[in-house]
Amino acid sequence: MKGILKTDKLRVEYKGRDFRQGPKVALQGLDLEVNSGEVFGFLGPNGAGKTTTINVLLGFLPPTKGAASLFGIDVRQPIARRRIGYLPEMTYYYKFLTADELLRFYSKIFGLSGAEMDRRIDAVLNLVELQEARKRLIKTYSKGMQQRVGLAQALINNPDLLILDEPTSGLDPVGRMKVRAIIQRLKNEGKTVFFASHELGEVETVCDRVAIIAGGELKAMGKVSDVVAQHGTNLEAAFLDIIGYQPQPI
Amino acid sequence: MRTICALAGVVIKELYRRKDFYVLFVITIIICLVMGSMNVFNDNEIVRYIKDIALLLIWISSLVIAITATARQIPAEKENRTLLPLLAKPLTRTQLILGKFFGCWAVCGLMLVCFYLFFGLLSATREHQWPLLHYLQAASLHWVMLGVVISFTLLGSLVFAAPSSTSTICFVVAAGILLVGRYLDRIALSLSEPWRSIVYAIYYAMPHLEFFDMRNLIIHDWPLVEWKYIGLAVLYGFAYIVVFLAAACLAFRRKPVN
Repeated sequence: MKGILKTDKLRVEYKGRDFRQGPKVALQGLDLEVNSGEVFGFLGPNGAGKTTTINVLLGFLPPTKGAASLFGIDVRQPIARRRIGYLPEMTYYYKFLTADELLRFYSKIFGLSGAEMDRRIDAVLNLVELQEARKRLIKTYSKGMQQRVGLAQALINNPDLLILDEPTSGLDPVGRMKVRAIIQRLKNEGKTVFFASHELGEVETVCDRVAIIAGGELKAMGKVSDVVAQHGTNLEAAFLDIIGYQPQPI
Repeated sequence: MRTICALAGVVIKELYRRKDFYVLFVITIIICLVMGSMNVFNDNEIVRYIKDIALLLIWISSLVIAITATARQIPAEKENRTLLPLLAKPLTRTQLILGKFFGCWAVCGLMLVCFYLFFGLLSATREHQWPLLHYLQAASLHWVMLGVVISFTLLGSLVFAAPSSTSTICFVVAAGILLVGRYLDRIALSLSEPWRSIVYAIYYAMPHLEFFDMRNLIIHDWPLVEWKYIGLAVLYGFAYIVVFLAAACLAFRRKPVN
């Protein structure tokens, strides 16, 4: 096992609008390590810092302190993103393009061309079951289809690491099942998946290890079975225990 | 280079599939056709006025298209969140800026070809001549001028928050330079210090877009300008394009995009 995604004492502060208030700390000293070939669940309540962590990993946001690397390369280097695929939380793509055109555009950025590009586009469109709709404008797609286009663009370069931010949010049960099946298939192919989600049942089903953060701090990390054994009867109970949730009487 | 071309290709596709350009093109054509069919007092000189107004319309339309198309490029990517999957790919922000610039500039080039072809046809029906080299000189300098405008609009779109404010400010600046820019040195002479120095500094620092205005060459059938002067004007325009694009890259380099 080799750590291909690492963060080292990652700290991110946002400047507040009011200068009298201090900076808002989004992440404080986050240490993560994701190994090659595993499906890693990244959990936390809203505002815990999951998306901020992903933003740092993708170079969207510079860390205030600490470091992050992908495949041993500093995330600030564009080359660190050559072997990754990313699916954002809310999937929006160029609505004036067709799925085929969108995938051709992203393929060119990865330096694919000719027969190799055609082969990759066919493969990912088959995987996400969008072959028949490939020539339609994306604006005519349903939400589930748009999410699957998102997954297709994340897979276009045959990435070794896939970063998914809430990949099933807003999808119907069939859509969720399809996305889950794709993740399972990628896992079987030996791909590494870093997966931020609120869907604990889903995480319990597909993930090998999980990390739980709250208030920008890492609260727990380990195998799903170990985390569940230490903190509760299932992942939901363990999650609530770890983030210190106290149910209020109604 | 391949990445920049791919980005420019998407910009071209977007503008080609939107209706803004067609609307302005059709309006310009209709106005010019109506004017072209006029024959006031059997005056043969009327054709000069028609050419003047037609070229003014082409200039205004091209500026509106260049500024509005460029101003929304990066803000729209942020607003629609298409910037996130794009920047998650192995491309630099400099490549993104260059791709957007070349895409918008290429669209403006295609638009100018259409406008000048139409103008040439309209003019040929009245004057029975086709001064191709005049059109080439006027259109090439017009295109370089649009390159300067696109580059500063791209910079503006990274500084100002909303595309509408960027468009308005850039249009006012471009129109201001074209209308008043050439007189700023004379205005400076009538001012007291420190305003005189400030206005002089603006006069020397700003891109003089009026240098690229060759409309009179076509309207009055003046002799061709020596090509070396056209070359110098092109170099002058390129220098400003490089400066504005470098500033845009610097402004965008460390900007969080979340």
